[in-house]
Amino acid sequence: MEIRFDQKSKAMRVMLDGEIDHHCALDTRIEIDSQIKQLQPKRLILDYGEVTFMDSSGIGLIMGRHRLMQSLGGTIEVANVPDRLYKVIKLAGIEKLGKVSTAGNGGIK
Amino acid sequence: MKAINSMSMSFESRSVNEGFARVTVSSFAAQLDPTLEELSDVKTAVSEAVTNCIVHAYGNSSGKIYIYACIYDNGTIRIRIKDRGCGIEDVKRAMQPLYSSLGGERAGLGFAVMESFMDKVKVRSTVGKGTSVTLEKRISGKFENEN
Ligand SMILES: Nc1ncnc2c1ncn2[C@@H]1O[C@H](COP(=O)(O)OP(=O)(O)OP(=O)(O)O)[C@@H](O)[C@H]1O
Ligand SMILES: [Mg+2]
Repeated sequence: MEIRFDQKSKAMRVMLDGEIDHHCALDTRIEIDSQIKQLQPKRLILDYGEVTFMDSSGIGLIMGRHRLMQSLGGTIEVANVPDRLYKVIKLAGIEKLGKVSTAGNGGIK
Repeated sequence: MKAINSMSMSFESRSVNEGFARVTVSSFAAQLDPTLEELSDVKTAVSEAVTNCIVHAYGNSSGKIYIYACIYDNGTIRIRIKDRGCGIEDVKRAMQPLYSSLGGERAGLGFAVMESFMDKVKVRSTVGKGTSVTLEKRISGKFENEN
């Protein structure tokens, strides 16, 4: 996982990778949240481009970060979702929480 | 429907085994020649059921998780994931999308994922005794052409 922050637009992009399940979600969450608290972004972009597997623990991760960003007056976006993971994202209604882009349509800039 | 192959395994309810369990079951399922999507569906459903055993059934304690999988001559795979944990009081409520007894970081979508990714999901549970979740999916692959 790599986190990039653009000072000017106050956008924090989290480049997730590998498999997101309950086992790894806790460490991932702690790291993201500590960066959010430190950097105070206005936009949080969770980039799923390099994620190879995700179950509902990955959905919990998005929902939890959505709540946190909401409480800070910011927004959340989910970018570069690989086709195979889109099924889970759609089922969970993540589109209602923020912008979602799949790997195919160019992603969120 | 005749059983043509089966496997069983058991392991400790440690979260590090979530990946191990879903990969093992999906490589067993691979003999049905599934598409990548079908394989990913099976993997995700197994991950949900196993995670539930670890997170809910055993909670802060630990115990064993049992998986039994069987392949049938019409290309169906049936997977049973069993624990001897706390059990579910109200299965119907538990299976409702967005219901979670834990909340927090849990979305309450595990059963919804299992139901949408597999053809059949059956849950049997006794409070204090444990839960068994049976997942079933017909794989379109190999056997279709052999009829
Ligand atoms: N093996 C089990 N033993 C005991 N309770 C279970 C078991 N599996 C599921 N449950 C109960 O059913 C509820 C719903 O399960 P489900 O997987 O749908 O959601 P969740 O695990 O709470 O959240 P998520 O899967 O989205 O992280 C759980 O909150 C739990 O109360
Ligand atoms: Mg669950």
